[in-house]
Amino acid sequence: MSQTEPETVPGTVDQTTFTEAMMDGARNVPLGLVDHEGAAAGRRFSVYRNNVAVSLTEAMHSAFPVIAKLLGKKNMDGLSGIFLRAHPPNSPLMMFYGAEFPAFLENMQQLSHLGYLGDVARLELALRHAYHAADVAPMDPMALAGLSEPALLDSRVVLAPALQLIRSPWPIGSIWQFNTNAGATKPQAGAETVLITRPDFDPIPQVLQPTDAICIEALIQGASIGDALEQARTTDTEFDLSSPLTLLLQGGAITGLESKG
Amino acid sequence: MLQSPSQTALPNAPGVGYKPQHFAEIIDQADPVQWLEIHAENYMGDGGRPLAQLRHLAESFPISIHGVGLSIGGESPLDPEHLARLKRLVDWLNPASFSEHLAWSTHDGHFYNDLLPLPYTDATLNRVCTHIDQLQDTIGRKMLLENPSSYLAFAESTWSEPEFLAEISRQTGCGLLLDVNNVFVSATNLEFSPQGYIDAFALDKVGEIHLGGHDEDEDDQGRPLLIDSHGREVVDPVWALLDYTLERSGPKPVLIEWDNDVPDWPTLAAEAERAAFALKGLPSSGAVSTAANRATA
Repeated sequence: MSQTEPETVPGTVDQTTFTEAMMDGARNVPLGLVDHEGAAAGRRFSVYRNNVAVSLTEAMHSAFPVIAKLLGKKNMDGLSGIFLRAHPPNSPLMMFYGAEFPAFLENMQQLSHLGYLGDVARLELALRHAYHAADVAPMDPMALAGLSEPALLDSRVVLAPALQLIRSPWPIGSIWQFNTNAGATKPQAGAETVLITRPDFDPIPQVLQPTDAICIEALIQGASIGDALEQARTTDTEFDLSSPLTLLLQGGAITGLESKG
Repeated sequence: MLQSPSQTALPNAPGVGYKPQHFAEIIDQADPVQWLEIHAENYMGDGGRPLAQLRHLAESFPISIHGVGLSIGGESPLDPEHLARLKRLVDWLNPASFSEHLAWSTHDGHFYNDLLPLPYTDATLNRVCTHIDQLQDTIGRKMLLENPSSYLAFAESTWSEPEFLAEISRQTGCGLLLDVNNVFVSATNLEFSPQGYIDAFALDKVGEIHLGGHDEDEDDQGRPLLIDSHGREVVDPVWALLDYTLERSGPKPVLIEWDNDVPDWPTLAAEAERAAFALKGLPSSGAVSTAANRATA
């Protein structure tokens, strides 16, 4: 017994009807889609159902390779199938597809025992954004060395668009490394903050020491170098700027300085 | 704006769809490939390697920008943000050509990452012409519109596809991109003569020809159902249809599309070599053995 689909004009297939049937295999193929003899299109319509599902599933695999590895191909295929129907792309820029995937993973009841998945997916998204971020010439490190200490502490850093920082209660940087680079050490339980820089064309994720993380996060939020230093010193009174500034300069992440003003 | 060797037209020579894994080989020795085509949407980030590679390639090759996401046949208005992104890319690259598809891919704010089919009616004609006018006004140049691969038909259609495309070209001034593999796929699936389609096509409007591989499946009745997959070599009947087309159209820029299961450069270059021989009017069989001899020489 076939259900009848609502149609505005008999025999015509509008794009709402087409997409609803395309994204839901339980719906009938719209009347008005035919073969060359005028018979119902049947399996021919499945080409579109299949193309969309396969191409978006492949996009998810290439966008989230570590998630795909952690879950296995079959599970990743199944999850992608649910995800792409709940969140079809909202732009033709497939390079940024999957922004909702971290929250989607966290809300999946069956995956609640793998609490780190959402933040690992956030890290993979951030790596892609860093890959496509605007090119900005990094600042000459010698320009920092030439500043007096009061002038340095009073300055704010201008950061490259590729720079990203992700905090997690899970060891997401180590999980990413372990599933990306052969020979990486096994992740140990614990929180990690990951800094992503793009000194050339390839984004580099690095796990930060907790005090470096405090300092760099403050700089990202617009604190002066002196204020960022003080914030880090509330945790470690011995903290100095050499480590965070070296990380940022080596990553080509500082593009300029501006006075606090 | 970048300086590229030819900003006025694509050469009547073989080109290939550019894949980043071939970058070093293309820079080193691209012969017989003389021009490259990119998918617009892959170069809409703000920077990084994709745009750096494209900047480099544009110094040596005419580039064709091929859009896959504008949804020219969509019932919704064109996305102004996407139009602006296309304009930004075209202004920056100053490509030799810009092309898009007679298809839709976006509806109600969602992009489906596929080229979806249209009924050939007066209503569709008006909508497509309005959208092409809008695009051409935005980017300040004429575009080429590509014929689709068809797996099914619309009962409501009142136009044949070649006439529909010719009328769009007449109303908007756009040129046409003739995908010979798509003709073969559609002709097989809908049981019409591919040569008859070429005979009816406005060949004088064609600014570029596409060739690609397809997969084979079956419909509910067990009849062949070909699927445009761009994942393998161009088959012999499609090369023959290219010869048939070129005999009537004269030389055109001919592109090899290979987007899935992307082969190594020599395999792709061998396909381009075969297109080069077709353009020289030599028998395609000669092209194959010559390319094979080269590979083993």
